[in-house]
Amino acid sequence: MAALAIAGKDLRTEWRTRESLNSAVSFALVILVLFSFAFDLDREERLAISGGLLWLVYAFAGALIVNRSFAREVPNDCLEVLTSSVRGWSIFLGKSVACFVLLLLVELISLPIFGLFYNIRWTGSFFALALVMALSTWGITVVGTALSAITVNVRLRELMLPVLLYPLMIPLLIGAMEMTTGLLNGNAVLSDIRLLIVYDVMFTAISLYLIEFILVI
Amino acid sequence: MHAVAADGVWKYFGDYPALRGAGLEVSRGSCVALIGRNGAGKTTLLRILAGLSKPSKGTIAIDGRIGYLGHGIGVYDDLSAVENLMLFGRLAGLPNPKESALAALEHVGLTRVKDGLAREFSRGMRQRLAIARAFLHNPDLLLLDEPFTSLDDRAIAVLQQLLTEARKRGSTIVMSTHQIREAMELASDVALLERGRIVFSGPRSNEMTLDPGFLYRTYGEGSSGEVRA
Repeated sequence: MAALAIAGKDLRTEWRTRESLNSAVSFALVILVLFSFAFDLDREERLAISGGLLWLVYAFAGALIVNRSFAREVPNDCLEVLTSSVRGWSIFLGKSVACFVLLLLVELISLPIFGLFYNIRWTGSFFALALVMALSTWGITVVGTALSAITVNVRLRELMLPVLLYPLMIPLLIGAMEMTTGLLNGNAVLSDIRLLIVYDVMFTAISLYLIEFILVI
Repeated sequence: MHAVAADGVWKYFGDYPALRGAGLEVSRGSCVALIGRNGAGKTTLLRILAGLSKPSKGTIAIDGRIGYLGHGIGVYDDLSAVENLMLFGRLAGLPNPKESALAALEHVGLTRVKDGLAREFSRGMRQRLAIARAFLHNPDLLLLDEPFTSLDDRAIAVLQQLLTEARKRGSTIVMSTHQIREAMELASDVALLERGRIVFSGPRSNEMTLDPGFLYRTYGEGSSGEVRA
């Protein structure tokens, strides 16, 4: 219940300020459009890079979103009040859910643009693609939110978070890229789905365990 | 059973011990003024009691729900006054957060601007909103870190009224303060913190109320008074 209240608060304030949503959507669209003009690729080449391109864009857009997650609590010492009111895992879960919704929104906005500019049909295996996107997006947000809590009081947090985040995302991104490329090529390959599930469960459990130590020092 | 029991609490920041074996027992329903000079460790002790910081050594036992008012106001600029209080009402598990939020806003005189964003409020209004937030869920234990510092007259009056009501309800209050006279009006007990140690802890006496320097002269560093922690 507390986690949902925190997620609702984060989504409400984000909707009012659009601090991270505007930058993440703009970034995703600009990169996708620029890439489509930068390289003169034939259809097969476009299909071959599709998964990699999409998940690199989503990973960078995700970093922009999770960067604001705990930073939002810095003004007026709101994190102190939250930490004295509820357990750390509620704060963590609430913030992860809010980041998950926001990043999924970015993906849903940019996916049709990607289909249009790269002339790739993505609706054919929509449900399998949605499953891959949901699992991978949770993985990005859960690791990103934990790192956002670690770097919240660091002076150069905007630089520190990506430096810590990207190496940790490598296994997740490899699985997501391979499966997305396969699905966009018309092959219903979900061979790496176990990798995504294990990654999500493992990092969610680790983060839930460590968050009290991160927030209360 | 004490509302607060801290025993042999040490807190290091690097090599520097901000608290050196501080011990404090607070009976239920009492109001303790935690007095000490700058750097004595008042904020560190209150943060540990509020669960915002872990002691390096020692034990802490807290009985009941906490309301905390720290140096920051702890309200969200991009939420309205009523949304801020509803959020903290939900976090505290109140059965009807909206009703509680509206009642609290009326108490601190912010009903007229309940739908205004906190960022549009004056400093005094934000302070009253922060006070309403700390008292919203009728906490069993109120931890207040220099609550009267930089408040305007209206906010001081609101805070004093809420503290008086909280005492009548039986809430326990621990407040750090430099304003000894204001604190003594409300306090039933006094604790003097010097260089990370509680050097005196006991009921407030007339001498303490009449003479703000009495505690420091009698129990502070360089005094001949025995340590009564």
